[in-house]
Amino acid sequence: MSAPVAIDPAKCKGCSKCVRECPFGAMRMNGRIAEVDGAACRACSACVKACPFGAISEAKARRWGAADLSAYSGVWVFAEQSGGKIREVSYELLAKGRELADSRGCRLGAVLLGSGLPPEAAQSLVAHGADEVYVADDPALAEFETNAYADAVAQLIAKYRPEAVLAGATAIGRSFLPKVAVRSGAGLTADCTALEMAAPAGGGAKILHQTRPAFGGNIMATIFTPDHRPQMATVRPRVFRAAPPDASRTGKIVAEALAALSPAFKTVKRKASGENVDIAAAEILVVGGRGLKKAENFALLEKLAAKLGGTVAASRAAVDAGWIPASRQVGQTGKTVAPRLYLSFGVSGAIQHLAGMRGSDFVVAVNSDPNAPIFQAADVAVTGDLFAVAPALLKALDERMA
Amino acid sequence: MHVIVCIKQVPDSTNVRINPETNTLMREGVESILNPFDEYALEEGLRLRDAGARLSVVSMGPPQAAAILREALARGADAAYLLSDRAFAGADTLATGYAISCAIRKIDPSPDLVLFGKQAIDGDTAQVGPGVAEMLGIPLLAYIRELSAGEDGSFTATVSTDDGEETVEGKFPAVMTVLKEAHAPRFAPLAGAMAARRAKVTVWSAADVGADPARCGLNGSPTKVVRIFPPPSKGGALRVDAREDADAAAAEILRLVKEKGILPQ
Repeated sequence: MSAPVAIDPAKCKGCSKCVRECPFGAMRMNGRIAEVDGAACRACSACVKACPFGAISEAKARRWGAADLSAYSGVWVFAEQSGGKIREVSYELLAKGRELADSRGCRLGAVLLGSGLPPEAAQSLVAHGADEVYVADDPALAEFETNAYADAVAQLIAKYRPEAVLAGATAIGRSFLPKVAVRSGAGLTADCTALEMAAPAGGGAKILHQTRPAFGGNIMATIFTPDHRPQMATVRPRVFRAAPPDASRTGKIVAEALAALSPAFKTVKRKASGENVDIAAAEILVVGGRGLKKAENFALLEKLAAKLGGTVAASRAAVDAGWIPASRQVGQTGKTVAPRLYLSFGVSGAIQHLAGMRGSDFVVAVNSDPNAPIFQAADVAVTGDLFAVAPALLKALDERMA
Repeated sequence: MHVIVCIKQVPDSTNVRINPETNTLMREGVESILNPFDEYALEEGLRLRDAGARLSVVSMGPPQAAAILREALARGADAAYLLSDRAFAGADTLATGYAISCAIRKIDPSPDLVLFGKQAIDGDTAQVGPGVAEMLGIPLLAYIRELSAGEDGSFTATVSTDDGEETVEGKFPAVMTVLKEAHAPRFAPLAGAMAARRAKVTVWSAADVGADPARCGLNGSPTKVVRIFPPPSKGGALRVDAREDADAAAAEILRLVKEKGILPQ
């Protein structure tokens, strides 16, 4: 990693004022010329201001200015893995990335970080559309640690200069990619629901148009990054569809050796709690609200979810009542979900709830109130008693399977 | 120990709409609130203050954003700073993070802990906290639900991940983002609320914090909004009445779901 400040030896007079002014002890004299300890420097620019001779400047990497657009080419996807297994969202992004790269006439790269990765992990990224897979296999990357991962991806971006970088809007993608964007001086758009390569209104080369919801889903915005590179975006799981793998595809797998990576913090315990099921990744959600009346009634939804191969989620009202853990909450202060089927029972549909489920493909809502707001966001609005409809559905599913 | 909590005033987003005539945001009459996620970051800061830390709060926004800083003072914060300057207007997450990192450096070049809420409910990006960490060169720990600080500058935290939770150990300094699974926010004591009305909120311009104008606001933002538009509407649901015959309704629901190809035919 380059130091955040640069010293011009021609201008430095060896007064050592910067050494005295630095709050972090990052400046020292090397003979009569000041030098900076890149590891200790916090880029506070106290030295830049202190230098009477203008010999110290913030290094370019710490600034962001218009990039030389012609120096950047290719679309990249950050491949998220856990235990050597690629997460589905990465395949979804590769399918979209393939489309973007073809539209732009450029290559599609994937970045894979980890330690002791099985060869089939990189191979599966090729099968899902990557032309190149950059693999950094490093003990420091064995487990996800925000700071080491951000450093690794920023190093690779500096080396290869992709024009666009996509990552899943997961707990991992949303925490480390903003750091990469700062390091790269890039624009980053969170939680995109649509991506397209298109020429800007004034003409010119195609650039990435990113569409995302804001203000709790009440508004959509299309955003682009005209003068900076890379153009970066996170995308929620299930927004795009993965393509089936093609084992006959060929691609280049490039082993990368990175400059020293050091995780800042140490994970000492991991708990894969059954209660922390990721409702955001579910294909089918069976969602319960206030209308369920008590915790025990969620058992009915569990049965239905099991039959449908789905997962149970809830509205805030049900979570606040203590009927179900907060990890199951859909909505603005819970999780944003985008299942293929969203089937709700007794959810009234407060706007904060709708904000978290508008991306669902097909919404079936059951509510006793024919004017429930949830019906505005539904494809099928079922007026009736959930305690009659849910058992009837269970029965119908049983008959279908018999 | 010095803790700095970054908070934001946001429109109560349930009420923000687009004017269909002009395609611009209609903010009139929309109430402004302390970003709900920042409540939890502030509470974490206050708990550390209860244990002896010094607590500063900082925000960026128009002059009326001082209201949320007064609220933080009322709850017990020691000092409050508001970045307010037309030069900051229209900032994206990178330019916002830059301005806030300049303010933090001015408050304290080496804070022990900088806290953010998980995300703000207007933009929902969750990008400013991690971005500020990178700009300050202080390590980031995202999504904490529990934090305990040791005597020797060490900490133990519980963070949520997509798969479950992790216990993480480290040493300050750190930048952390706080989940709502952390401690419930407190109310300001009455005496605190009275005192906060007279308390000083320091207001800084871009020049006051030494921010480079070329990196602030709209001009300093790499991302540009090309257009805003209302979300696509579902265009009216198909109505099924299950009040008379739940079995028939259930059969109809299954038929529609199968028709969508979601369940095998």
